[in-house]
Amino acid sequence: MTQPQKPKDQTAAIWRGLRDGAPFQLIVTPFAIVFGVVASEAGLDLMEVMALSILVIAGASQLTAVQLMIDQAPVFMVVFASLAVNMRMAMYSAALTPHLGSARLWQRALAAYMMTDHAYALSAITFEKEADRPTAWKVRYYFGVMVQILPMWYLGTYVGAVLGNAIPPSFALDAMVPVAFIAIFAPALRTVAHIAAAFVAIVLALSLAWLPWSLGLIVAAFAGMIVGAEIERRKPELIS
Amino acid sequence: MISPDMPVWLVIAALAIGTFLIRFSFLGLIGDRPLPDWVLRHLRYTAVTVIPALVAPLLVWPAATGGTLDPVRLTAGLAALATGYLLRSTLWAILAGITVIAIGLGFAG
Repeated sequence: MTQPQKPKDQTAAIWRGLRDGAPFQLIVTPFAIVFGVVASEAGLDLMEVMALSILVIAGASQLTAVQLMIDQAPVFMVVFASLAVNMRMAMYSAALTPHLGSARLWQRALAAYMMTDHAYALSAITFEKEADRPTAWKVRYYFGVMVQILPMWYLGTYVGAVLGNAIPPSFALDAMVPVAFIAIFAPALRTVAHIAAAFVAIVLALSLAWLPWSLGLIVAAFAGMIVGAEIERRKPELIS
Repeated sequence: MISPDMPVWLVIAALAIGTFLIRFSFLGLIGDRPLPDWVLRHLRYTAVTVIPALVAPLLVWPAATGGTLDPVRLTAGLAALATGYLLRSTLWAILAGITVIAIGLGFAG
């Protein structure tokens, strides 16, 4: 349950979140610009591009939707495939529940709105290391991470949509996306179980990439989680 | 180009609502009821499985090169992986990846 906290601790939590999340501005902004460029070149107007970034806040899903709309896919398939890409966030939601579940409803709703790969990855790793922190601390840390990243996501999208194809392809903004995600998970490979889980997930994701609607991603992730959890259950001495 | 017949606002609204419900699902419905141990044990591995599974195809078949393996992108990814693992630092991992991209594209250009 939420412990009463000194105001100093609460401010410190926000600062920790701001500091830990700051490097991701470098990553999120180019990605947002890429989306803005792609979406405006696909023929969406500024309002539509901005609405996607403000209401959905999920780059991979937004890019999926734009691509399928270009391909003239049926509306049902556009929505279904784009939401399938976001199903991993149900896992994030479940993973954050032990830490943020006792927060107020509006805080949980706001946390849900802000939930991205970055918010989840940073928070999950920090909360796992510092599990004893009270809920109020964790909520403030989470908001500290996201309150600086979201404006960059909106702003980057706007810049990309306005600049359109003025950015030369030699900038290779897209190459930053995998680097960003790898930088998030690599420091979290703490034990044999984590490494085995990641390895299984990568092998399956590559071999099942032909499956439609990002199903390969879901299967690969579940298989990796089962492997990690099973190693932990059988050899707990490897984990601590 | 997206056809003018495409109900773009319908797609945006459906994605906005659907994505929020996915994100709110467990956080909103379960709240502070404790999750069973076996669920928590699996959830500890979400970050190190979902993100690698998302990244691996982007790295091996980048859309920007038409889906063919690109040595610069692959090396940048591996540099970020090694640096992040060894130094336990996201920031250094990002800098390592950026450095490889900058050098690689410098030589290529």
